Amino acid sequence: MSQLDVGEGIPELRVTPDKYLPHRYAGASGDFNPIHIDPEFAKGVGLPGNILHGLYMMGLVARANTEAAGGDPRALKRLAVQFRGMGAPEQEIVVTGRVESVADGRATIDTVAAQGENQTIRNAQAEVEL
Amino acid sequence: MPVKTEAVGKEWPTTTYEVGKEKIGEYARAVGIDNPVHFDRGAAVEAGFRDVVAPPMFCVVYGAPALAPAMFDPEVEMNFAAMVHGAQEFAWGEPACSGDEITTSAKCLEIYEKDGKGFYVFETRSVNQNGDEVVRGTWTNIVRGV
Repeated sequence: MSQLDVGEGIPELRVTPDKYLPHRYAGASGDFNPIHIDPEFAKGVGLPGNILHGLYMMGLVARANTEAAGGDPRALKRLAVQFRGMGAPEQEIVVTGRVESVADGRATIDTVAAQGENQTIRNAQAEVEL
Repeated sequence: MPVKTEAVGKEWPTTTYEVGKEKIGEYARAVGIDNPVHFDRGAAVEAGFRDVVAPPMFCVVYGAPALAPAMFDPEVEMNFAAMVHGAQEFAWGEPACSGDEITTSAKCLEIYEKDGKGFYVFETRSVNQNGDEVVRGTWTNIVRGV
């Protein structure tokens, strides 16, 4: 079990989803919305290209917080996120977090997922059991 | 045009999903999680789980089907062309393991308008075969220019 102290950062998670990741995530999750897997369709509705599933990026935020708490999937008790930007395949996603508070054996971690300057997930609050 | 709020409080029929070991592995690989408790029965049991355990966010796999009829309900009348998934929250209880039968219900919590945008908030609640709550989800969709 890792030690989490108020004000400290959690280990950064860096992932570069390859071109076909949205297809694999679509298959794994069951969400085949064409804006995620068909670049031509996505462009047709005004997007720059096919975009990552928001819930995939939330999955990475969940993963980063679970790993920060020692890796046991039971550690993550609550996760609330706001989707603020579109994510693109083939660009590195960096998940960072900072411990906001620790009380009663639980830590609250403020987390961000970003591609460069584009914060795709902001104000993410994770509660993990220590 | 004001948003329609007739659907607030409405509940939709439940869906049931049987969790499978290989599906858990497929999900875990897609998000890059390599903890053996998601792949290997022995490792999962040794860690105190009944069987191979799903990562927390696997809840979208068994939970989302209950939400689909709510999203497409004409009483809710969401304009999909202008919709984005704005926010999401999950609160987890009992872990979901291979072999579990999980039943999910969906309910419309709120529909309101703010700054020219429509906010459509739904709740899903998933329970396992023993009646234990596995996860509660709050899904917020935002429609521009209502």
